[in-house]
Amino acid sequence: MTTTSSGIRRRGLLAATAALPLAAPHVRAQPAAVKIGILQPVTGALAQDGEHGRLGAEIAIDHVNRAGGIRSLGGARLEMVFGDARSNPEGGVAEVERMQAEGVVAIVGGFASPICLAASQAAARYDLPYIVDVGVSDQIVQRGLRNTFRFGPGFGTVTRAALDNLVAINDAAGKPAKTVVIVHEDGLFGSGMARLLNAQLPERGFQVLETIAHPTPSRDMSNVALRIRALGPDLLIPSSYYGEFVLLARTMQQQRIRPKAGIYAVLNGAASNFRFVREFPEAANHIMDCNHWADPRKPLTAEVRKAAEATGRFWLYNIPLNYSCVRLLADAIERAGAADRGRIIEALAASTFDGHIMPYGPTRFENGQNTGAAPVNTQVQNGDIKVIFPRAFADAQPVFPAA
Amino acid sequence: MYSPEILLTAVLNGLMTGAVYALIAVGLTLVYGVLHIINFAHGATLTAAMFAVYVLHAAFGLDPYLAMAVTVPGFFALGYAVQRLVIGPASHGDDGNILLVTLGLAIIIENALLVVFRSDTRSIDVPYGFAVIEVGPLFLSLPRVIAVFVVLLVALLLWLFLARSTTGQAIRAVAKEKMGAALVGIDVGHIYAVTFGLGAACLAVAASLLMPTFLVNPRIGNAFVLVAFTIVVLGGMGSIPGALLGGLFIGVVESLSGLFMGESLGQIGIFLIFILVLLFRPTGLFGAKA
Repeated sequence: MTTTSSGIRRRGLLAATAALPLAAPHVRAQPAAVKIGILQPVTGALAQDGEHGRLGAEIAIDHVNRAGGIRSLGGARLEMVFGDARSNPEGGVAEVERMQAEGVVAIVGGFASPICLAASQAAARYDLPYIVDVGVSDQIVQRGLRNTFRFGPGFGTVTRAALDNLVAINDAAGKPAKTVVIVHEDGLFGSGMARLLNAQLPERGFQVLETIAHPTPSRDMSNVALRIRALGPDLLIPSSYYGEFVLLARTMQQQRIRPKAGIYAVLNGAASNFRFVREFPEAANHIMDCNHWADPRKPLTAEVRKAAEATGRFWLYNIPLNYSCVRLLADAIERAGAADRGRIIEALAASTFDGHIMPYGPTRFENGQNTGAAPVNTQVQNGDIKVIFPRAFADAQPVFPAA
Repeated sequence: MYSPEILLTAVLNGLMTGAVYALIAVGLTLVYGVLHIINFAHGATLTAAMFAVYVLHAAFGLDPYLAMAVTVPGFFALGYAVQRLVIGPASHGDDGNILLVTLGLAIIIENALLVVFRSDTRSIDVPYGFAVIEVGPLFLSLPRVIAVFVVLLVALLLWLFLARSTTGQAIRAVAKEKMGAALVGIDVGHIYAVTFGLGAACLAVAASLLMPTFLVNPRIGNAFVLVAFTIVVLGGMGSIPGALLGGLFIGVVESLSGLFMGESLGQIGIFLIFILVLLFRPTGLFGAKA
């Protein structure tokens, strides 16, 4: 009785999705589930990102299973084996070992570059396919590991796009921005970014007035704000994590410091975070970011966003990236036609997957890097986060100069 | 070289930040002075107090300053109960055990907060959050100016309590000579718990002062405790005036060295002082000779 009723429900669902020509209800036993490892840091310093990454993966698994699972494996369901990377590489490696023991066919996630580097290497020992969700360090795809794939853009691609897009936006507005102050967190990420910006900005006609480093966590950003006031730059380029950037933006608003052309962040923790936008709409307004972001024009994006927001969480880029990575993996398993690691790696390497929700176009891996991956420019506009550049993906015009 | 306005603003910023440091350090030094232990749960308790302020605001719309009416007695009672029911019994009279118990408590509190609130960074928006007092060319943040006055008031009240009240006298007696205090009929267990409660109550006040302009996540307390520990050492372990002056001093040092050496290197200023004090005046500015 139960099989029949679930079969009918399934038929209704499949008819609704209209994606399956062979929509016959399966009355026979379900094939064995395909276990996939989802690795995210959900405790420790990176837990906020990790939680949202897990959410994106969960929604993707749910979508795949509701649409009939992996059809080439007789409708096998995807089953998540979750691992907490505890915000450090050792934690990531330990979880890879556990997932391997539990028989996963592939792993998705990692978030931070150090975790991705260590975890993908651990997975390589078992020839276990590993899809990096965020980790932007370019080293990740330069080690010749055939199991490792990165769906999103790397640091080099992001920073190049950030600078090119800045020049394009600035030129289009009649070059209101000439002088720049860079504020960055003093870890590997922020310092690397600051070095690169210092080398590249002068070549593109900007004058860097000063580069201000700050530690994470910072208890007070008043002094950074003071120095920005003393320097009076046209443009501020911050590379900080969420808490410090929010503190800086609030202090600047309080001290009435508004760089003429605006604030242009690169891979910033807060500038494309809806929590910041909701809590401090005035301080956040018109801040730009060059970052990962979902393609606002794809209908599936709205669907995933609704499912994510229904859990009471904010729409962070980790959600669409992980959603897309899991769908990419499901597509590869589908084409591999077996829960076999070697064949899944081959299927990933040959992937032309375009059912994702990122602004990338069809997937094409070259040495493990998705060559179509690129960041976009977002801007906070009246309580919403809009894509302002490149024009092909934009759902709003840039407000530039912002002040 | 910076203009005099900027230097003056930096010094005032340092004093305003330092006032809150001082209050956190007062709680730490009070517990040290009486119980002779470093309370490793101090940072986690501060985080818990900040979340309490956040929840009262988010759920009941209670102003962070008015929240003190709830959180200060609440955290006093909590601190009292924790010392009386957990730390005291678990220590078996050995200070080394107390260290480990407070460390364990810190881990439990932090992870409990992580489970309940997840790891998001949260802040509250109050109407006066961005209000400033204009003094000539300077914009002084109103909530931070309020914080300075509240800290001075709390320090004064605490000093009066310790100097004038019977319980205060008992606390000082226990701090000086535990055995002697017990012999003249002071309930040492009770005094320990009162002191621990006062330390937690100081954190509840600090939480209310921080929340209008700061943010909270389950790990934020640690950012303050390391600097508070430096202040306790600088001011003299167990000295309340020392903690107050030390806090203000460290705030200014941090602010100025941040301005001149950059925020990252500026932290060196704090820890340089820490090392120098340990080398040349291990008892601190106001500490009694051991």
